[in-house]
Amino acid sequence: MSSATATMEPRAYHLPEEPHLHEGHSTNLGFWMYLMSDCLIFAILFATYAVLGGSYAGGPGPKDLFDLPLIALNTAMLLFSSITYGFAMLAMEKNRVSATQGWLFVTLLFGGAFLCIELYEFSHLIHEGAGPQRSAFLSSFFTLVGTHGLHVTFGSIWLVTLMVQVAKKGLIPANKRRLMCLSMFWHFLDVIWIGVFTFVYLMGVLR
Amino acid sequence: MIFGRLTWDAFPWHEPVVVATFIGVVIGGVALVAALTYFGLWGYLWKEWFTSVDHKKIGIMYMVLGLVMFLRGFSDAIMMRIQQAWAFNGSEGYLNAHHYDQVFTAHGVIMIFFVAMPFITGLMNYIVPLQIGARDVSFPFLNNFSFWMTTGGAVLVMISLFVGEFAQTGWLAYPPLSGIAYSPATGVDYYIWALQVAGVGTTLSGINLIATIVKMRAPGMSLMKMPVFTWTSLCANVLIVASFPILTATLVLLSLDRYAGTAFFTNDFGGNPMMYVNLIWIWGHPEVYILILPLFGVFSEVTSTFSGKRLFGYTSMVYATCTIMVLSYLVWLHHFFTMGSGASVNSFFGITTMIISIPTGAKLFNWLFTMYRGRIRFELPMMWTVAFMLTFTIGGMTGVLLAVPPADFVLHNSLFLIAHFHNVIIGGVLFGLFAAINYWWPKAFGFRLNQFWGHVSFWCWNIGFWLAFGPLYVLGLMGVTRRMRVFDDPSLQIWFVIAGIGAAIIAVGIGAMLVQFAVSIWKRDELKVEGDPWDGRTLEWATSSPPPEYNFAFTPVVYDTDTWADMKKNNYQRPLTGYQAIHMPSSTGAGVILAALATLCGFALIWYIWWLAGLSFIGLVAVAIGHSFNYKRDFYIPADVVTRTEEERTRILAAGV
Repeated sequence: MSSATATMEPRAYHLPEEPHLHEGHSTNLGFWMYLMSDCLIFAILFATYAVLGGSYAGGPGPKDLFDLPLIALNTAMLLFSSITYGFAMLAMEKNRVSATQGWLFVTLLFGGAFLCIELYEFSHLIHEGAGPQRSAFLSSFFTLVGTHGLHVTFGSIWLVTLMVQVAKKGLIPANKRRLMCLSMFWHFLDVIWIGVFTFVYLMGVLR
Repeated sequence: MIFGRLTWDAFPWHEPVVVATFIGVVIGGVALVAALTYFGLWGYLWKEWFTSVDHKKIGIMYMVLGLVMFLRGFSDAIMMRIQQAWAFNGSEGYLNAHHYDQVFTAHGVIMIFFVAMPFITGLMNYIVPLQIGARDVSFPFLNNFSFWMTTGGAVLVMISLFVGEFAQTGWLAYPPLSGIAYSPATGVDYYIWALQVAGVGTTLSGINLIATIVKMRAPGMSLMKMPVFTWTSLCANVLIVASFPILTATLVLLSLDRYAGTAFFTNDFGGNPMMYVNLIWIWGHPEVYILILPLFGVFSEVTSTFSGKRLFGYTSMVYATCTIMVLSYLVWLHHFFTMGSGASVNSFFGITTMIISIPTGAKLFNWLFTMYRGRIRFELPMMWTVAFMLTFTIGGMTGVLLAVPPADFVLHNSLFLIAHFHNVIIGGVLFGLFAAINYWWPKAFGFRLNQFWGHVSFWCWNIGFWLAFGPLYVLGLMGVTRRMRVFDDPSLQIWFVIAGIGAAIIAVGIGAMLVQFAVSIWKRDELKVEGDPWDGRTLEWATSSPPPEYNFAFTPVVYDTDTWADMKKNNYQRPLTGYQAIHMPSSTGAGVILAALATLCGFALIWYIWWLAGLSFIGLVAVAIGHSFNYKRDFYIPADVVTRTEEERTRILAAGV
């Protein structure tokens, strides 16, 4: 086939006009891959919890430690923050800067509330003598939940950074792209938390 | 404590060997710095290289890093060979256990993480964008940052030679030995932070190259028209992104055990050391395919070019690569059949392991059929390829032997295993790199490598390899285990002496390669080549050698797998007018600064200098945020500059003909 076309007409080996790749053409794909690699880190932490979650070493177990109403409240904070981030994105689509900033700020407050409740839970557990050194179960519990908390912390720092950048430059395409990445990150943390809530807290209490 | 646990005693004053090496390094380092200052090269290096986001320059810097670390890793190998040939009949040799254990650990860590990985990353960085007709990678700044993170990890390993000590645990640092109870000193911490810093770089460069291959291919280049090297690079980078996070997580757990007193891999409080072994090999087995897959691509390009034929079985090659990519996740347990997971689990992993030899065998037949009835030119890259086929096949067969669980119970942790994986890593990865260096050097620098010294290196490596590792197969079958420092049975000594001679011959081979580089650079005017010295077939040969900053004056359009061969067949005429301005990414120093801060943070964590760790980490975050406020990251190469560069090439081409 190739030789047939060649004899018919010479092939054009260049485009007449330089094709222009728009800025950030790979960002979405790249960020998705980053998220999936981060997801693998959580997969390992979940697997570790699955293996070690029953190794209490004579110490307290999930039933003795987990305070489900508190965790439910915490879960609500994170889920609300995801909804408000969604509202921020809707406002962004309509190019409404102040509404976007407002919803981002509300998201930040919910994220902060989540972190405060988590820190309270951790300090309470440590105070009761159920710190991460007590048993392999508690080591894997603190690491899994704590890693998620660290992600929320860095997400919050990122959120503040983006609010400053939106304030400075407005909703230019670069900033919209960045808000979209943080949006994926934020919802991703939500999905991870649903896993944590289900497998660590709910099933832990059933154990 | 301002300096944490870093005291004067951390410096090995009492070890004459280390002190002498240190003095040598200091003298060499001072001479290098003085020379760079004298010739006023710092500004040039900083502007043109260190801060460059050009994938070609970053690729070359990776190769230089790999080469420097290769010399370090090889000197460790020579030290082990001398010790093992010496320590018989009551002799303790010349290395004490403390030192010897660090040497074999450092050898493994350096050769895998700081030699093989930079080499293949550098190769993919340089070649892939050229092969797909792109101007750079998807995320040029991240590429520069990744390189400097890898370098930061290497710097930490090198510092451990003179400040404190390196791990004495073997290259995968199994707990409980690597736990704080049995390794309280800094060795394992150096190991952890060197790999974590470098691991960030590796993961990001993996994401970067996948995005590049998926998003930036020239028009017309569908997936099944990609050059095979690009295909194997794609699969290797998928493996990187899907396995390095596992290493990161596993090392985080180990460092929590060491720093925070958790109980993941401890013997008490419910910890489980075998979980570490499982996790690290879930990363570790894909890792060996990360190393070999790109080289399979190299062999495909070389075989097809030097046989003057299209690659036999392109489609099956692609499918074989993808099959290996998937299967590499299903075999990790064969590294520890002796764990005691039972007959059915061991059989499963034994069988999956053997299945991998099927796509690999298919590849070998494809290369052989490509050569069949080809007009083979035995240039250096082709010689290395043939040497690979012979060597790797034997290594592969001993691998299948080890995949049989009952046989593995006998051979586990023996020198047979050592001989097997050196057989595939040297015979596959290293020979492939030598083929690649000889093949693409003219592309990168515009002149060929000297043939004579290339031949010397080739024969020394091939003979030296078998002399060095043949005896290890024999010893392994006799039951000698790995990582031994002294031996009781005098009848074994002869084998270790032969292995030592083999290592010495390899040393000559490495020396000859360095001479080859030096002689070629010295006589570069005689060895000068134009764009396509080998009658190549893929797109990288369509541009000049070395390629201009923007790679291609016009974005090429692709109709066939072997694009350049297709262009030549159809009497392609290089356009001589109509050049336009070209959009390019700008250089930035942010990558260097971020990686330096990360390395500093790692060093502070190793020595428990908490204030410095905190400060450098805050600095890291601050610089990263600061960099995100820089929105202007690109520029245009003006059309007249492109015109001047291309007209220069037109002149050279005309003069050549």
